[in-house]
Amino acid sequence: MAAAGPSVFLLMVNGQVESAQFPEYDDLYCKYCFVYGQDWAPTAGLEEGISQITSKSLDVRRALVWNFPINVTFKSTNPYGWPQIVLSVYGPDVFGNDVVRGYGVVHVPFSPGRHKRTIPMFVPESTSKLQKFTGWFMGRRPEYIDPKVVAQGEGREVTRVRSQGFVTLLFNVVTKDMRKLGYDTGPVDSQGIVGPSPAQNILW
Amino acid sequence: MNPKEEKMKIITEEFLENEEDAPVEGLKSSKLPRQKRKKQPPTGGPGEMVSGKAQDDIQEEPVKQEPETQLLSMKAGRGPRNLPPIPASSRTSFAEFSMRERMREKLQAARSKAESALLQEIPTPRPRRLRSPSEKELETEFGVEPSKEALRTQQEDGSQSYSRVKHHEFIRKIKTKPLVPPGFPSAEDAYNFFTFNFDPDPEESEEKPKATAADKDTQEEEAGEEEEPPMQEGVNKTDEEELLSGKDAEEFLVGLDQTAADFVDVRPADYESVHVRMQREKEILFIPSRFTVPTYKKLPENVQPRFPEDEGLYIGERPEVSRTNQNIVENRLLTQEPERGWFGDDGRILALPNPIKPFPSRPPILKQEQAVHVELEMLYKKAVNYVTCSQHMIGAGEAPGIFQLDIDISGLIFTHHPCFSREHVLASKLAQLYDQYLARRQRNKAKFLNDKLQALRNAVQTGLHPEQPHRSLDTTQKAIHEYKAEIRQTRKLRDAEQEKDRTLLKTIIKVWKEMKSLREFQRFTNTPLKLVLRKEKVDQKADDDAYEAEIQVEVSELLEEHLEDYEQKMEEYRMAYQHWKAWRKAQRAKKKKKKQAVVEHPDEESEEPCPEAEPCPGEEPVKPVPPELTEQAVIEQQVRERAAQCRRRSGEPVLVPELSLAGSITPNDQCPSIVFLLVFVGVPFSFEADGSNQLILMTSGKVSNSVAWAVGEHGVPLSPPLSQQIIGFRSALKRADAISSIGTSGLTDMKKLAKWAAESKLDPNDPNNSPLMQLISVATSGEAYVPDFFRLEQLQQEFNFVSDEELNRSKRFRLLHLRNQEVPEFRNYKQIPVYDREIQEKVFQDYEKRLRDRNVIETKDHIDAHRAVVAKYLQQVRESVINRFQIAKHHFLLSDLIIEEEVPNISILGLSLFKLAEQKRPLRPRRKGRKKVTAQNLSDGDIKLLVNIIRAYDIPVRKPTASKFHQQSRSSRTFSEKCAASPAPHSPTHGVDYPLGQVLVRPFVEVSFQRTICHTTTAEGPNPSWNEELELPFRAPNGDYSMTSLQSVKDDVFIHVFDEILYDVLEDDRERQSGIHTRIERHWLGCVKIPFSTIYFQARIDGTFKIDMPPVLLGYSKERNTMIERGFDSARSLSEGSYITLFITIEPQLAPGETIREKFDSQEDEKLLQATEKFQAECALKFPNRRCLPTVIDISGKTVFITRYLKSLNPPQELLDVYPNSPQATAELVACYVSLIPFLPDAVSFAGVCDLWSTSDQFLDLLAGDEEEHAVLLCNYFLFLGKKVWLMMGNAIPEGPTVYVLTWEQNHYLIWNPSSGHFYAQYDTFCPLKSVGCLIGPDNIWFNIQRYDSPLRMNFDVTKPKLWKSFFSRNLPYPGLSSVQPEELIYQRTDKAAAAELQDRIEKILKEKIMEWRPRHLTRWNRYCTSTLRHFLPVLERSQGDDVEDSHRAELLKQLGDYRFSGFPLHMPYSEMKPLIEAVYSTGVHNIDVPNVEFALAVYIHPYPKNVLSVWIYVASLIRNR
Repeated sequence: MAAAGPSVFLLMVNGQVESAQFPEYDDLYCKYCFVYGQDWAPTAGLEEGISQITSKSLDVRRALVWNFPINVTFKSTNPYGWPQIVLSVYGPDVFGNDVVRGYGVVHVPFSPGRHKRTIPMFVPESTSKLQKFTGWFMGRRPEYIDPKVVAQGEGREVTRVRSQGFVTLLFNVVTKDMRKLGYDTGPVDSQGIVGPSPAQNILW
Repeated sequence: MNPKEEKMKIITEEFLENEEDAPVEGLKSSKLPRQKRKKQPPTGGPGEMVSGKAQDDIQEEPVKQEPETQLLSMKAGRGPRNLPPIPASSRTSFAEFSMRERMREKLQAARSKAESALLQEIPTPRPRRLRSPSEKELETEFGVEPSKEALRTQQEDGSQSYSRVKHHEFIRKIKTKPLVPPGFPSAEDAYNFFTFNFDPDPEESEEKPKATAADKDTQEEEAGEEEEPPMQEGVNKTDEEELLSGKDAEEFLVGLDQTAADFVDVRPADYESVHVRMQREKEILFIPSRFTVPTYKKLPENVQPRFPEDEGLYIGERPEVSRTNQNIVENRLLTQEPERGWFGDDGRILALPNPIKPFPSRPPILKQEQAVHVELEMLYKKAVNYVTCSQHMIGAGEAPGIFQLDIDISGLIFTHHPCFSREHVLASKLAQLYDQYLARRQRNKAKFLNDKLQALRNAVQTGLHPEQPHRSLDTTQKAIHEYKAEIRQTRKLRDAEQEKDRTLLKTIIKVWKEMKSLREFQRFTNTPLKLVLRKEKVDQKADDDAYEAEIQVEVSELLEEHLEDYEQKMEEYRMAYQHWKAWRKAQRAKKKKKKQAVVEHPDEESEEPCPEAEPCPGEEPVKPVPPELTEQAVIEQQVRERAAQCRRRSGEPVLVPELSLAGSITPNDQCPSIVFLLVFVGVPFSFEADGSNQLILMTSGKVSNSVAWAVGEHGVPLSPPLSQQIIGFRSALKRADAISSIGTSGLTDMKKLAKWAAESKLDPNDPNNSPLMQLISVATSGEAYVPDFFRLEQLQQEFNFVSDEELNRSKRFRLLHLRNQEVPEFRNYKQIPVYDREIQEKVFQDYEKRLRDRNVIETKDHIDAHRAVVAKYLQQVRESVINRFQIAKHHFLLSDLIIEEEVPNISILGLSLFKLAEQKRPLRPRRKGRKKVTAQNLSDGDIKLLVNIIRAYDIPVRKPTASKFHQQSRSSRTFSEKCAASPAPHSPTHGVDYPLGQVLVRPFVEVSFQRTICHTTTAEGPNPSWNEELELPFRAPNGDYSMTSLQSVKDDVFIHVFDEILYDVLEDDRERQSGIHTRIERHWLGCVKIPFSTIYFQARIDGTFKIDMPPVLLGYSKERNTMIERGFDSARSLSEGSYITLFITIEPQLAPGETIREKFDSQEDEKLLQATEKFQAECALKFPNRRCLPTVIDISGKTVFITRYLKSLNPPQELLDVYPNSPQATAELVACYVSLIPFLPDAVSFAGVCDLWSTSDQFLDLLAGDEEEHAVLLCNYFLFLGKKVWLMMGNAIPEGPTVYVLTWEQNHYLIWNPSSGHFYAQYDTFCPLKSVGCLIGPDNIWFNIQRYDSPLRMNFDVTKPKLWKSFFSRNLPYPGLSSVQPEELIYQRTDKAAAAELQDRIEKILKEKIMEWRPRHLTRWNRYCTSTLRHFLPVLERSQGDDVEDSHRAELLKQLGDYRFSGFPLHMPYSEMKPLIEAVYSTGVHNIDVPNVEFALAVYIHPYPKNVLSVWIYVASLIRNR
């Protein structure tokens, strides 16, 4: 690191989309993408991903396990617009059409460490009963034009949703230089490195 | 159970195995018993039967001592009953065995008694028993059995039911059967089998109850069985036997089942009928009824409901609960807790008032964060002149127009003035006092207080002599006490008021006297004031009485007060005295002790009760003094004094002063000559002789006026219109929230507040409002101090972590702030640096510059000032529209967020069915829609513009040069001509005219977009076909590919058609064999200009376009075309001009911007607006692709009904005068004039997003507008010319959605393109208008409901309701909407001198530019040619470029004989410099790099009225022929 202080901080997220609970549905896959503010830029890893299709486990948990890895690193100058992960889960309906089974969003945890998040999922509702029926019949349920809207507050008032199911995510968060830039996001770590003074003995 | 079942199975199997044997045994064993049974059923059979078994058992039994008894018992006929336990006991525990044994013995004993007698009669048992030789065998065979049985018995002990016993019996039988030799059923059995009537049912029915009963007590059971009718027993027996012998396995199994049922206890499935359940539920569940509970149920008995609201008590508004729920709760409460504690006096559930405010209240936040004291400071604002151009301002959303506020100043009354004399001063003082008096009298507070006092006194009187004894004395006492306090207070107030009244009266009189004396002194009167004191007689007696009574009452009250006071004081005194006494005692005790030592004060004790004070040292309490009772006389004296002071004396007449202006002023001539002292402003003076009591007066006065909105000529009030919606909103709020209705400043203005309180009908009883009401009541009486400012966030400062200045100094904060505000420069700023120091100052420079320039009109870029203003204004309009759009972008609809399939209707279903039958590879393939890309993750280079140039028609061909010219320049004849001609049989050198088949033109197409240039290969001939696709990259401004950014791209796509000419520059013919030396020249033929925004909004542009060509193309003509191609393409040749077929699109397809959805205010009638919405919806339903706009948005952002734009308006008189006899020519001229008004170049930035329609006068003032404005103006002119005319909305190429004008000439329709001035016949194939959505006349709108919307196939007869759906019809008649257009257009003559100056400047600039574009070459200007061209241009203007070519050419040739000339005039409206330069540049005239080339450039500006300028630029290149 140069003598001058850092000009960006880094946020590394790795983890996985572990599993989901959708008691009514089976054979689902999920997509994830990150939504972040203007001051953020991904530097490494994938911002988007689409998982395999998974079927329910046969035990009593009836869990849908993807264990789909997430690994992305962001750099930023401003915590505003902190990345959020947007999940959308799809699966076949009774007629075999691919329909959406849930949207969900959660912020990447702020503090470094291991975090487990269970996020409730929801789907947009049809505007009328008739629409609902035809949607069901034709296999074209209402979907968000852009799943990223679930990460925004704007414009949501026009939609109605129904919640169904949960997705469990695991995050391992590592941040760099946050504290140096004056952002305190968690408990002081055991090393307690504050300020620009580097750790005494880094040997490798 | 399982083992048992298993065993039973085994048994069955065994039985089955032995089936054959059984009958044999049965035959032998049962022969006799059966016979006997018939005679003696009770005895014979069973005994017989069982005997065998008994034998088995006996054999098995370890105890073999009692076979005799056994046998005996068998013979008694009840053998089987007691048998089973025996084998069981054999293996079971001894205890059990013994118990059973005992039981059995008992039974046997009983039986043997009964049966012993019968025994002798039966001789058979003996032989049978004897006859059983295989006893041993049996034992071996059944060796296992006992153990099984033992197992069973172990489990079932205690429940030895009859049936089980029976079961055992069967088993026994089975066991015995093998003894019989196998083989044949006995005859008996066979007989029985076929004849006997099996009837297992009775057995079942019999056994069941038995089984249950048997469970209880075996002994009883056994006993009971013995008493059973023998007959039945016999039957049973028979059955059993039949079962066995008849080998009916099923029957047997039934028996088994029965036994199983005994173990299992089978029952029918539980079923509860619904009724039963409901019955039961009724006991447990309570379903409260939904019906209203009568009030008497909710109240204690014999109590009438009370409604506190009616009694004037404040009842808050109850929270809203639906009636049903309320009923349910009431019912529930009544049932569950009948104590009725839940209900109030009015029989409703007790409830707190609704805590929810109907509207959120938040005081508006002050925009500028200035220090508070700055807000409070008074500012002087200079009066601002009314700006005429403010009608263009749309920012505030105010309607354009002039508002007039009339202020009528009716009078000015000075209370002081420099010209005032002393008398005036006094007069004004008097007047003021009189006003005060009048005001006081009107309010009459004294009287009010007096009445109040009386009322209070009455209340006290009644209170003291209560008529309702039930009231507790305590409360009465308390009330009286309060009343008295009130009386005291009121009396004081009244006295004060009365005193004020009286002093006022006195002062008035005093001033009047002073004035009179002054008038006498100065011997003239110069004010008309006159005070008359009217005396009102009063009844002396009554007055006296009243006065006296009043005094008496007062005195008595005072006395009472004093008495009370006295008593209180006495009480205090006593207390103090007690205290003192105690202290004294203590003292004395002390002293006594002391006294023993020192006896000094013997008299002290005697004096002790006396109040004489003793000087005590230290903190010794002072001996209290008893209070004195005030004398009544003293009080009365006081009262009288006060009364005399502040009240009219009794019997004194009531004085009523009356001030009038009736006094006469001394005429001037009668005045004494001396000018009396004037009272100067600001100079102290005094009325007193000694100069005391000085006064300093300042000029002051009162202005009386009235204010009203003026009324316009047509009786229309000239007031700013109030938006209906806003009013509705405000009025709703007004009632709820004070701040929102009168603003925060209103909170300090008590009058406003009071007014609001009155208007909003605040409940004065509401405790929430009490402080407000109090404040208002105080404020209106004008007594309380009200601060003259109001602070909203007095604590804000403490919470600011950094001062505002510091925050604003932070560059980073500023950047973030600006980005958040979506300021265009920063909207897409990414990665704002962490530190201030990393932000460069230049980031803000552009922004700041823009802010600075906003109000500065720069004339530098613009040649004439008016245009500069307009440009600035347009810029502002654009900004405001963009802002609007930005706001609207944040309003979302469901369809913006969610894709949802429409409910399919028949047509869609039909279409999809039709699609199934579609050919896989149709003969005429259609372009299919591509997937749209939302412009999000795009970057430079991702987007490409695809231009597919297919073909062109009617390209002008080179004209054969005149013979003279031709002959002279033989060597310089075009190389291409030679080349092209070489395959042809004719030599090019031979023919003067072009021979057939010779290449006439070699056109190619060059497409330029964003400084990228692509061109096609050259094709040949006037109808070339290229069919080439050109790909041009697209770069969005600032790399911002968002929708708004793309919408504001202003670049145009230029498609130029050039002719490529190859010139042979080989000097020497001899070298021709060894080298080719040619020069390529290209001659511009014409161009098509398509704005990018059009492509963006249209997604694709597909069609044949007219090539925009100069009116004169020297060296080219079209005549030959028609000649050559006559015959096969005559129809096309009829039309003028050349055409090119193009297909343009963007790859990937971008999602076009949506139209703004903001709902605009409107001044239209609500009904009309609803009708338009309905009309639009109906139209859209039928023909979603046809445009129909009943309402449009005017330039201030208001919705206006479209027909209001159409009104006959006068064109400039000059134009009318040109062709007074030819209406058609005039029409064309007018159209040309309209087309000369520049097309608003900025319109592209919000084309499609939001169309703003300006009125014709605005349009002419702005001198810029888009198709709508042009069309409206043209339409209005045509209306003036008396044509039948309509606005025509539809789609045209390349404009997309546009507006044209349709006129009805004598017998045909003409379609006018208002922005070009061209007109087309209805059946013109090359009419750019491709579809028609609706027609708009001045008083109606017709929507096209014909099958086709192409003008070629349409009928324009709007009177046919089947073809045109009209907006106003019989149902909704035309209401006579007034026009938004002005009465008349006023045209200023354009300043010719200015135009000439502009002309020169343009010429100069263009020449400079051309030189600039040729940096490597010398640019020579041919002045002679230039002047020739300059003369020629006005001719072109006059003729509009028609039919001048030949004469022009001839003239040019004459003058410039030895030059090869290439050039053309460009004609365009003038808006600003840039388009002119662009146009000249795009022709590529400057690209000639022949060394000896010369240029000529001439500009001509023809001024039309209202500053409309027609610009002609003639640009040419000349090459001298050697």
